[in-house]
Amino acid sequence: MSTAQTTSKTVAAVGSVAQWTEDRTGASKAVREFGRKIFPSHWSFMLGEVALYSFIILVLSGTFLTFWFKPAMAEVVYQGPWTALHGVTISEAYASTLEISFEIRGGLFIRQMHHWAALLFMAALTIHALRIFFTGAFRKPRELNWVIGIVLSMVGLGAGFTGYSLPDDLLSGNGLRIIDGLLKSIPLVGTYISFFLFGGEFPGIHIVSRLYSLHIMILPAVLIALIGVHLMFVVIHKHTQWPGAGHSEKNVVGEPVLPTFAAKGGGFFFLIFALVAFISAIFTINPIWNYGPYDPSPVSAGTQPDWYVGWADGILRIMPGWMEFYIFGYPISLNINIAIIIMLLFWGIAMVWPWIEAWMLGDNREHHILDRPRNNPTRTGLGVAAAVWYAVMWAGASGDLVAVFFHMSLNDMIYIFRVLFIVGPFIAFFLTRRICLSLQRKDRELVLHGHETGQIIRLPHGEFQERHQPLTPHEVWALTAFETPQVLPAQPGKDGKVSGLERVRARMAKYFYEDRIHPVTKAELDAAHEAHHHDEVAAGDHDDHKGLEK
Amino acid sequence: MKLLAARRRHPMALVVLLLVGLLLTGGAYSLFTGSTTASADEYSAADVEAGQKLFVTNCATCHGLNAEGSENGPSLIGVGAAAVDFQVSTGRMPLQMHGPQAQVKQAQFSEEEIAQMAGYVASLGPGPAVPDEEWLDTAEGDAAAGGGLFRTNCAMCHNVVGSGGALTRGKYAPNLTEVSEKHLYEAMQTGPQNMPIFNDANLSPEEKRDIITYVREVSETPSAGGFKLGSLGPVAEGLFIWFFGLAGVVGITMWLTARSK
Repeated sequence: MSTAQTTSKTVAAVGSVAQWTEDRTGASKAVREFGRKIFPSHWSFMLGEVALYSFIILVLSGTFLTFWFKPAMAEVVYQGPWTALHGVTISEAYASTLEISFEIRGGLFIRQMHHWAALLFMAALTIHALRIFFTGAFRKPRELNWVIGIVLSMVGLGAGFTGYSLPDDLLSGNGLRIIDGLLKSIPLVGTYISFFLFGGEFPGIHIVSRLYSLHIMILPAVLIALIGVHLMFVVIHKHTQWPGAGHSEKNVVGEPVLPTFAAKGGGFFFLIFALVAFISAIFTINPIWNYGPYDPSPVSAGTQPDWYVGWADGILRIMPGWMEFYIFGYPISLNINIAIIIMLLFWGIAMVWPWIEAWMLGDNREHHILDRPRNNPTRTGLGVAAAVWYAVMWAGASGDLVAVFFHMSLNDMIYIFRVLFIVGPFIAFFLTRRICLSLQRKDRELVLHGHETGQIIRLPHGEFQERHQPLTPHEVWALTAFETPQVLPAQPGKDGKVSGLERVRARMAKYFYEDRIHPVTKAELDAAHEAHHHDEVAAGDHDDHKGLEK
Repeated sequence: MKLLAARRRHPMALVVLLLVGLLLTGGAYSLFTGSTTASADEYSAADVEAGQKLFVTNCATCHGLNAEGSENGPSLIGVGAAAVDFQVSTGRMPLQMHGPQAQVKQAQFSEEEIAQMAGYVASLGPGPAVPDEEWLDTAEGDAAAGGGLFRTNCAMCHNVVGSGGALTRGKYAPNLTEVSEKHLYEAMQTGPQNMPIFNDANLSPEEKRDIITYVREVSETPSAGGFKLGSLGPVAEGLFIWFFGLAGVVGITMWLTARSK
């Protein structure tokens, strides 16, 4: 049989299967439509995918763990291979986690993969959100998808925390005790909520099975639903792109899903899977056998939550004690409540930010071209301020370890964090904004004068000059195709009067956007080239010049 | 009896009664807890004399010529040989400089000299002795029982596997994984620096041995899950995923989107 014959037979077989499927599903239309979707290529556009792939790893590894994990708090006497717990009475949840770790083939590896993937999921989700924020990808028409993303981070935190609490070891029990305290600190209803969740006084015998339902059913279902909507919106809105020659608000320049992007995406999934597997094979995570069974009396030094809950823990650690006070004999535990308040505030402001920004600038247009962070100094400044605020709270949770490792006083660490909690965001905002403006000036300088070449030429009349190499048109485009936010003065309403709110808006816009650098205009560029040209002509250097400017 | 009965309403009767009561309980206490208390008996007079010379030369500046203490150092009367052995053989004493806490360094004296100083301090008043070998034998201890005691009594400062932790104002609970059995025992017995004293009524010698067995077990068992990242818990894990995991991810994304030149 010749090769040609084999090929034609294979083609025929594939064709008949395709036809069979097509007749019954009509999938070809969808495949054609979706396959033609264009995705721009840039490393920062792939961070969300990392979160998605980590989530897939979480679902796969989590399913494996459910085969052996027993979400029960009945007590058993441990007789397994970990001798340091021999004969100790522990809960079934803890015993089965020990069994997964030491007795199930590959169990510890999968458990570590599950936990590392959870940390990576939240980390990837976070830097994906930062990318979206700093490039302005949340602007119309993508505001809703931005909100969904914030909700995803909240639900992701919940999913992570419920998982962290399942093994019923000392560390997770201490974490739950803090949640219990947070709930009980809520005025009036707090105690009821806590008793409702724990089925009585903490810790009770119900919490592990309840968290289990949340962790393996409800929260993942919510996550899957939200991720589905999130991705659907990406397809509907089309992907954003960086400014560049040929990129406009009306097109998307990049690679089609089929075959390029899909192939890359598939490979990317396996690379992320390999990375998580590599980390899980080499590095221990959450060695629950070290912590021992949960018992409300002991607490270990260095008891911290997983990183994404750290900021909440940090708030509790740095808040001063006088924030708890009594009104008519009733305690108001503001030092504890504040953690919930700050978290809701942080997420809330993040959620409504797209509308605040559009309102301040009076900007209702769609935006599909991204901002380079430096080209919107105010937004970048505020984003860095928020990140610094978060980071201070986050670092606050590890104040004890920082104190030990850097030979500092733990008390001083708390004072430092308290000061940074207040002033850190302001310093970050002003510094970042100035840096952005400076970078914009540098860009202008570069566009107008070109790259420095280090070549010094001597003109006939004796003057020395450095020769500059003009930028390529692509470079010029990338550096000049941006819009500087305009301050819209207070506008009269329909009744012809300027409302109070409008005045506030105008004042905010003026404060935030008054300092700005305009992109180089064509006239400026031409003028600069003209001046440059004269020098070069005077130098009698025609040939070289042609090569450089094109 | 008539004499007593006549004076039972005397104004001083209550005071006398209190004194008698205190003396009796105190006497009984020292009788029952005296099991590991050493006097100078086990040290020869020559040792004590040599120890005193060493003491006067090296320790008296802060602790006083007769170990009565000064504003720079506490009195050493009654701290026992165990305290001297722990402080001097871990290098904490002589103190290098004043600070929140004495630092571990190279021991400044030979074992013999340390024993001589211990003998001198033990001769000043009864105190805990250097522990017998039998209480340091981890083959006799029960790691699981020790683990329970460790989590309840030690972990809040030293961390569940003895990795150490912070205390207030620059003080800290040191890492225990490299500390010898004898020094672990002496530390519990004498409560150095900021550590509470766990005397034999708090933790019996058997319980102390269990704790030592647990510390040895968790610090010597190879890690099942791979590198331990310092056994410091979620902070180390979080730093790792941000600085290595995410860095790896960004590296991969850059590689995948790199244009061929």
